[in-house]
Amino acid sequence: MDPKPATYPTPPLIEPGHTFGSITDKISAVVLSGRQPISWFVVLSIGLMLVGMLGMAITWLLIKGTGIWGINIPIGWGFAIVNFVWWIGIGHAGTLISAILLLLKQGWRTSINRFAEAMTIFAVMCAGLFPLIHTGRPWLAAYWLFPYPNSMSIWPQFRSPLIWDVFAVSTYFTVSLLFWYVGLIPDLATLRDKAKHRGLKVAYGMLSLGWRGSARHWQRYEHIYLLLAGLSTPLVLSVHTVVSFDFAIGIVPGWHATIFPPYFVAGAIYAGFAMVLTLAIPLRRIYGLEDFITMRHLENMAKVTLLTGLIVAYGYISEAFFGWYSANKYEGFMILNRMTGPYWPYYWTLVFCNIITPQWLWIKRVRTSPLGLFMVAMVVNVGMWLERFVIVITSLHRDFLPSSWGMYYPTMWDWMTFVGTLGLFITLFFLFIRALPMISIFEMRTMAPEARMPGGEGH
Amino acid sequence: MSVTTSPVYGLLAEFDTPAALVAAARRTHAEGYRKLDTFSPFPIEEAWEAIGHHDRRMSFIVLMGGIIGGLGGYGLEYWVHAMAYPINVAGKPLNSWPQFIPVTFEMTILIAALSAVIGMIVLNGLPMPYHPVFNVPRFEHASRDKFFLLVESTDPKFDRQRTLEFLKRLDASEVNEVEP
Repeated sequence: MDPKPATYPTPPLIEPGHTFGSITDKISAVVLSGRQPISWFVVLSIGLMLVGMLGMAITWLLIKGTGIWGINIPIGWGFAIVNFVWWIGIGHAGTLISAILLLLKQGWRTSINRFAEAMTIFAVMCAGLFPLIHTGRPWLAAYWLFPYPNSMSIWPQFRSPLIWDVFAVSTYFTVSLLFWYVGLIPDLATLRDKAKHRGLKVAYGMLSLGWRGSARHWQRYEHIYLLLAGLSTPLVLSVHTVVSFDFAIGIVPGWHATIFPPYFVAGAIYAGFAMVLTLAIPLRRIYGLEDFITMRHLENMAKVTLLTGLIVAYGYISEAFFGWYSANKYEGFMILNRMTGPYWPYYWTLVFCNIITPQWLWIKRVRTSPLGLFMVAMVVNVGMWLERFVIVITSLHRDFLPSSWGMYYPTMWDWMTFVGTLGLFITLFFLFIRALPMISIFEMRTMAPEARMPGGEGH
Repeated sequence: MSVTTSPVYGLLAEFDTPAALVAAARRTHAEGYRKLDTFSPFPIEEAWEAIGHHDRRMSFIVLMGGIIGGLGGYGLEYWVHAMAYPINVAGKPLNSWPQFIPVTFEMTILIAALSAVIGMIVLNGLPMPYHPVFNVPRFEHASRDKFFLLVESTDPKFDRQRTLEFLKRLDASEVNEVEP
């Protein structure tokens, strides 16, 4: 084989000195050693307490109805839709990492795809909760949302973006779950073979479907893994496009904009990468996984965050531009009201969080400093939540007729539900870390130097 | 290892590196053995090429799933809005196809993805909690750091003694008989 001349030095994706065995042991030990760091218990306890609060908020909601929230007419979409869009956007980074970066042959996705996919699934669960409870009577939502032959012979309205949303989100959840599970099968077999306890062996053995690493199986596996990536790529782009249709199909000033689909998709990836960084930086530290989630991974994620942040900034600028250029007095008033109306602090905080803060990422020192990155990511998380707040609330609260203007103030129950879903997310994520390998073991093995085939470029 | 007279499922040779496994699989295939399989802790494209396996059926299954999902999604919308429950909105056509595209698209992806995963599991014969190779104690390394080549006893060229000697000459670190 001809050794290819190195054009520029690339830092390794995995620290030197690792073998198939050491990779396997290190990642599976988090699950199988039975010991968890104290911070795991602390965070899980906080998560569980917040889940309790979520349960309380939902119970009271079901007893009293959505009147306990701050929503009113004209602001019929309050926190529930803000949080729905925020959560579902966070999920998008997981699919981007697992599917799009796979198709683009980005080797660095390997050590972060597993927990990013888990993040997607849990974020979509939190997202899905909001529209469901926003219906007020979720037990009736079945015939409002899904086409099934019910005793009243009525059917959902397929021309409505809200029904598109149901199909987009439920497909997204199902496909993300399938993708995640397929990726887990070989690792579940590893856990089955490494587990000492008989019950664990049986449990992981069942979940792994009896996977034995046969070449015939791997061939079909690799084939469909690629196909799933190919299917997930347009899917993830469609999901936030459809979410943006919930707004853009309406005629409300500030919503009725053709920029919405690309701007929402970029915002979703932006928010999602910020969340992946928020999770990855503490995790690699707590579990000592700096060998696998290297500085290069963090830096690459920072670059994606910066890029999508710039697209989002372009979205804000074009919104303002169209408010003026359209010469439509309602659009013009909407953008002016956003910047100077009663919700102005939200708008300018959002500009600070989403446009100004990520500019730090131009500096390599910041991109390669876990603490700096973590701080930028946290600010972006807040900023993207504010963005959804501004889009939903400021567009609705003052639209066409000044006589039907209003104000929106979230209540205690709104906050309890929102913070409760944060707890649900944390709880699910920390249980996942405890029960399943948070880094794909079999894909990491392919990154080991021993995996390189003579005459090939490795695998 | 001991050679007994009880029937065997096959012979399992163990290798330390993927390159050794692929070289051995190629030699074994060239020797005329066809009932071959390799086991590795990660996918090795060269390994399935070496044993002459390439199953292209998955593409077809996923394509069919996608077509069925897409037609099914559009068909459902058409049936609901043009036949079962027609609602005239502002005189617009009942078959308002542009508005039916998002659900058609999502259903295409959903059924294609489901058929990909179910198809892979079914064609691979999973779930299969028991398989004779699991009887070899060393086999637990197949999900960790070792590479295995299996020659099944149903292969016409299989001869317990000769195949064993052949495999031993292939740089195998160990060769084991697999109980059925």
